[in-house]
Amino acid sequence: MPTLNDILIMLPEFYLVAAACLLLLLDAFMKPEQRPVLHWLSIAVLLVAIYLLVMGQPPQAVTAFGGMFVRDVTAEILKVFALLTTVLVFVYARPYLIDRKLLSGEFYTLMIFAVIGIMLLVSAGNLLTVYLGLELLSLSSYALVALNRDAKLPSEAAIKYFVLGALASGMLLYGMSMVYGASGMGGTPSLDLAQLHNVMSYTTAPKLLLFGLIFMIVGIGFKLGAAPFHMWIPDVYQGAPTPVTTFIASGSKLAAFGMAFRLLDSGMGDLSHHWQLMLAVLAVLSLAIGNLVAIVQTNLKRMLAYSTISHMGYLLLGLAAAGPEGYAAAMFYAICYALMGVAAFGVMLALTRAGFECEEISDLKGLNQKSPWMAFLMLLAMFSLAGVPPLFGFWAKVLVLEAAIHANMLWLAIVGIVFAIIGLYYYLHVIKVMYFDKPAEGSELQAKPDASLRVVLSLNALSLLALGLYWGPLLGWCRSAFGL
Amino acid sequence: MITLSHYIVLGAVLFCIAVAGLFINRKNVIVLLMSIELMLLAVNMNFVAFSRFLGDVSGQVFVFFILTVAAAEAAIGLAVLVLLFRNRSTINIADIDSMKG
Repeated sequence: MPTLNDILIMLPEFYLVAAACLLLLLDAFMKPEQRPVLHWLSIAVLLVAIYLLVMGQPPQAVTAFGGMFVRDVTAEILKVFALLTTVLVFVYARPYLIDRKLLSGEFYTLMIFAVIGIMLLVSAGNLLTVYLGLELLSLSSYALVALNRDAKLPSEAAIKYFVLGALASGMLLYGMSMVYGASGMGGTPSLDLAQLHNVMSYTTAPKLLLFGLIFMIVGIGFKLGAAPFHMWIPDVYQGAPTPVTTFIASGSKLAAFGMAFRLLDSGMGDLSHHWQLMLAVLAVLSLAIGNLVAIVQTNLKRMLAYSTISHMGYLLLGLAAAGPEGYAAAMFYAICYALMGVAAFGVMLALTRAGFECEEISDLKGLNQKSPWMAFLMLLAMFSLAGVPPLFGFWAKVLVLEAAIHANMLWLAIVGIVFAIIGLYYYLHVIKVMYFDKPAEGSELQAKPDASLRVVLSLNALSLLALGLYWGPLLGWCRSAFGL
Repeated sequence: MITLSHYIVLGAVLFCIAVAGLFINRKNVIVLLMSIELMLLAVNMNFVAFSRFLGDVSGQVFVFFILTVAAAEAAIGLAVLVLLFRNRSTINIADIDSMKG
């Protein structure tokens, strides 16, 4: 039976569900001119959730509802950053949504439900919780991609995202059913990740288990957006409204890391020598395809999509190392990527206005002359994504490479370094366009006067520099999650 | 005598038909939605068979959740489909190609 204690452990999630339902009701009864209040209310709701998470942090890992839900430091860190990046997305999205008359309750409630999905997913202690959290996140994301109902590209992006996302869920589920079956051959069948951990030692059907593992890795690859399961990423990034793209590039990646960690380490940790090589192959393919195809892109959102694929390659380097050090590095990388991605898309959102999307790289021509501060913020984001010291992105790359070397995968680290150098080209190209090209005739590149956006975006981009210079505490926090 | 492996093979066949439907089909988005449903049903078949033959009820509970989520998924899929048809007046997969690169 669930006790009060179970509910207290899940308090932040319960609170967010209640708050999201309340926001939905408020939206239904509000006059259109009162709608903008929802924006500030939603931000307040998320900030309170962060407060509840940090204040209610139990001294050691606890489980609720019979092991269905795990609350440990890993989940705590991922949740805090998922909530934080969503707050950033809300702040950056407001002018964009007002310009396109999309500012409504749907955006905010769907985003909050997606975040609840992330929180369940990263706290999952059972295959069922993994599935439910993942679907809550995915279903909200499909709807969010199609938010702009009257435009052509979003509906196309949404149907592609939906079909490939559903295929990925199907693969993942098929793998789960096989793992469930294998756990019952020679022992008690179980869906609990902690009990699945040592299935390999007793099962009489190890082939069935490996078969299930492969399907689960395909599902994880899809959700991470690792090559060769990356087909949906560029189209969804390009077609979705930019605030939604920002969310998919930040919060969803934290969730995908959380899911991979829960399934592979908590669930299939005994099989690590089997999945290490599979992840290494995914990592190499992602690095190659992501970095090479990004070079030829002219659309900034598409370029950042391919850059995401390559970044997932680096994240997989850390996961493939399959040890506490590797997981800590991969989590550090996921957090770093989320902050960098939000900053890069944030500058794009600050430069868009009604009737102008600012999504071609050539749209940024001469940005330095029109708006030097925005150009500088974009410079920080691009240098950080490229991994130029002393920015945040550099340390994240160093740590995953170090973890790969310590796990005796030197060749993988060398591939990572080679592609980091190739990747430098397309990030520097954006900087060259901003600083050394003349503005196009009649270009009205101007940053939004929205004060909250400017202040928060500046803080966000400067934090990349600050964390690059002073990354110890964050890394220490990540390492403490894995007992280092 | 029908054994566990018969059910697993049936599940695998259904799953393969579903995946083939997703990849080979070049005509119609509705067929894609049907393939997705079939895929989830193949998984349900596996779970129920394992659950029954291994004497554990949690697999059947999982099936209830999959059925519920599949309903929500179909609702969203059809909503997106309606949107697509309204914006483009076609649901032919070969025509959904305005983004490339």
